[in-house]
Amino acid sequence: MNPSSLLALGHAPLDLAAALLLAFGLKRLGRVSTARAANRLAALAMALAVAGLLLHQGLLGWPWILGGTLVGSGLGWWAARRVAMTAMPQIVALFNGCGGMSSLLVALAAAGLPGGTSRIAMASIVISVLVGAITFSGSLVAMAKLQEWLDTPAWTQRPSRHLVNGALAVACLGCSALAFTSLLPAAVSLALLAALALLLGVGLTLPVGGADMPVVISLLNSYSGVAAAAAGFVVGSRLLIVAGAMVGAAGLILTSVMCTAMNRSLLSVLFGGALGTGGQAGTADQGEYQNITSCSPEECAMTLEGASRVVFVPGYGLAVAQAQHSLREVAQLLERHGVDVKYAIHPVAGRMPGHMNVLLAEADVPYDQLVEMEAINPDFPRTDVVIVLGANDVVNPQARTDPQSPLYGMPVLHVEEATTVFVVKRSLGAGYAGIRNGLFECQNTSMVFGDAKQVLNILLQELRELGVGKVDNRRQSPVLAG
Amino acid sequence: MTDLLPIDEALWVLLLGSLLGLELIGKVPPSLHTPLMSGANAISGITLLAALTLIATAPSPLLQAVGAVALAFALFNVVGGFLVTDRMLAMFRRRGDDR
Repeated sequence: MNPSSLLALGHAPLDLAAALLLAFGLKRLGRVSTARAANRLAALAMALAVAGLLLHQGLLGWPWILGGTLVGSGLGWWAARRVAMTAMPQIVALFNGCGGMSSLLVALAAAGLPGGTSRIAMASIVISVLVGAITFSGSLVAMAKLQEWLDTPAWTQRPSRHLVNGALAVACLGCSALAFTSLLPAAVSLALLAALALLLGVGLTLPVGGADMPVVISLLNSYSGVAAAAAGFVVGSRLLIVAGAMVGAAGLILTSVMCTAMNRSLLSVLFGGALGTGGQAGTADQGEYQNITSCSPEECAMTLEGASRVVFVPGYGLAVAQAQHSLREVAQLLERHGVDVKYAIHPVAGRMPGHMNVLLAEADVPYDQLVEMEAINPDFPRTDVVIVLGANDVVNPQARTDPQSPLYGMPVLHVEEATTVFVVKRSLGAGYAGIRNGLFECQNTSMVFGDAKQVLNILLQELRELGVGKVDNRRQSPVLAG
Repeated sequence: MTDLLPIDEALWVLLLGSLLGLELIGKVPPSLHTPLMSGANAISGITLLAALTLIATAPSPLLQAVGAVALAFALFNVVGGFLVTDRMLAMFRRRGDDR
């Protein structure tokens, strides 16, 4: 028997239901109120698809099915439970790479099935192997970079990398062509193709700077959809083609949205090299900071006591320091004091769009206090105090003023328009993208050096000592005025 | 692997699926981009169907074993992806409205 006839026959109702639910699931994942249910709907759709297939083909090879299921599901369950919220982007990259690897293996094995391979089938196999391999190795490199196991060494920025990658790409095309001929056994050509494509995935991802990694992951997510669709061609499954195509297209949209938010073109992300290292960013970025003002958390607390509008700008540094909970406590204290507290969320705060919302939600920060960039920017001139915690590039005023800056044109939070800005930071080191930040030199900016969590805890203590947040001490109470 | 879907049919399915994907993700608040990416990523693990088909039709234990490994990779993606997405979304407290 062959798989296509199995798949082509009548489990259409279950397949159709699964495709419909997957589409609904993807659609409803885009609204906060429906997202969680939508995710479960998509999981249900996946279960339906599997049930439909197994009903049809029976449990042939069940020991293998059982083994693969136990190992894969078990590890997936374990990884999903264990991972910290700060490591979300990495784990998504890892999962994504494994999806690509799966398509790659299926395609390789399909080429080894007896009965000959038509040209169309071979074309599908070649695409699945090529895209699956790039997805796998590229995702692993992305994961390692986000986890900071890998950095972006200067030698990866040399222009000669384009030659190397170009040569690898040509070699991949050559192997693809070989697979259609009888010069080499198809299995050998395809194995060669897989090896070269794995290298190409590394070569393409390694030079991309850490700050651009989310875009790369999103793109690789799209690739894994393409690889799945190609695998659908290989085994003749409409459902696989539809689902793969949907994910592929949706991933492209998401990628372009992220690029827009960072004011980067996809081409410059992929081939432009890392921001702030060698490459394009050697301009006015180096050099010592001058006229830096710094202050202690105590002074910061005293300023806060007299403020009526406060905006926090959380960044990835906050999450790394695990300071979300301390931040919420400070915010609650200020609120009880009658202060209007908001959190300004840049679209790419954290390591991925939406990452910061997840991290703050974890600390029980009410969702309606998180204000997006466009909504909060007009409010900064009326804001008394801005506290920047572990954010850097997203508050860099040079993105608006300095055409020499690599960030020029990126939409940023206009924090420098507030009366007072505190920047909590470990040191004056460069940000994740390695770019100098003029905010630190602004007259109304004070640096508060230290670990975000420690600073916030001292702040909390100081605010309490100042009597902030006590009911009989509210600033509105007229008694205090006298 | 001889009978595939007729190529024109498969291409139509591919085209319509892609168009659907482009339409589905139109307007999404940035706060949901990470969960959305994660959810879409879990869906791309649907390649597990291909792995299951391979296991059922492979003539040799070696190819079946490859199928089982492919299945494990895909399920790692699917199970981990959906669970991690659920974990993220469980944290969005609904107070006020959706934005």
